[in-house]
Amino acid sequence: MTKNDAPRDAGAKKGAAADEREIEVRLRGSAGASDDSDELARRFAEIAAASGDAEVAFATLDTPVGTTSVAATSRGIVSVGLPNHALDDFVERLASDISPRIVEAPGRLDDARRELSEFFEGERRNFDLDLDWALVPGGFYRKVLNATARLPYGSTKTYGEIAKSAGNPRAHRAAGTALGVNPLPIVVPCHRIVRAGPDPGNYGGGPELKRWLLGLEGSL
Amino acid sequence: MSRRPFHLFLDEHRTPVLAYLRAMVGPSDADDCFQETFMAALRNYETLDGHSPRAWVMTIARNKAIDHHRATGRRPVPKGEELPDVPAPKTSEPDPELWAEVAGLPDRQREAVGLRFAADLRYREIAAAMDTSEEAARRSVHEGLKKLRERITKEER
Repeated sequence: MTKNDAPRDAGAKKGAAADEREIEVRLRGSAGASDDSDELARRFAEIAAASGDAEVAFATLDTPVGTTSVAATSRGIVSVGLPNHALDDFVERLASDISPRIVEAPGRLDDARRELSEFFEGERRNFDLDLDWALVPGGFYRKVLNATARLPYGSTKTYGEIAKSAGNPRAHRAAGTALGVNPLPIVVPCHRIVRAGPDPGNYGGGPELKRWLLGLEGSL
Repeated sequence: MSRRPFHLFLDEHRTPVLAYLRAMVGPSDADDCFQETFMAALRNYETLDGHSPRAWVMTIARNKAIDHHRATGRRPVPKGEELPDVPAPKTSEPDPELWAEVAGLPDRQREAVGLRFAADLRYREIAAAMDTSEEAARRSVHEGLKKLRERITKEER
């Protein structure tokens, strides 16, 4: 080794380290670089929802009142999320109460999305969808929501009347509570249960949406 | 069992899983391995508990890549197999030509480099995925990088 080799050797080593850092950068790319994995993930989600490996599928749709979410199991529609219901919370609840095997699969929910869109556009009065009542508590709650599901488009009932239909005329407060936790709003039309008087009362989707829906159905 | 929605899990890991599989089996077969990886992850989602999610899914991806090699009876991405048509790599995206070089590395180095730079795992997680020690994982990555540097320098001459 001559005197001159020493610094050059150090330089070469430094060069090698710099080369390797450069290689790392080229291998890694920057985080979030575009790739095709979103398309592959979408395809996966649809396959998993269709095969039943994903026990819950969800999707969103745009309506005149905002983004609405809908979810289904193999039995049918299990939950509808109104625009005031954050999507993350909607999905979290399904994951904790039904199954964490949940994917976004709009194809699986084509019929539900179409029927809901038509309803919000005023082009549909009844739903032709299978329902999964898994998120509905049993007993009186279930009876109240069953009775509510039979209410025709454009009609309304008071809390007292629906309590009576559910078999307990004096339980109008409990009826209100049952309607407040309705996991299937719109499809089970709890907006058709109103207070006696000019103010239609509370609604899970907010009182303004309740007025909007009653207006849509011509019953305000 | 973990109640975290699988939908979030998929979103979080899809990019590194695909990058890793492309490095391991080549771009054309990576799509199938991707589907198999996440299907296995979904079916076994409850076994994720107590593991690092990234290392857990990469272990599945690695097994799918190995199964794939067994089934096709050939080395991962024979050198020179064409990569998809991509425009000249911007500095912000992984460099496909360089990943083609990775495909030609010895098995352990290729895997380690893939897990490190495509899957973005920590050495501890790479060690777990490859069933080896952290020190060995670190060495494999380092040797892989060294070999890549030698090859690139040779080509540039």
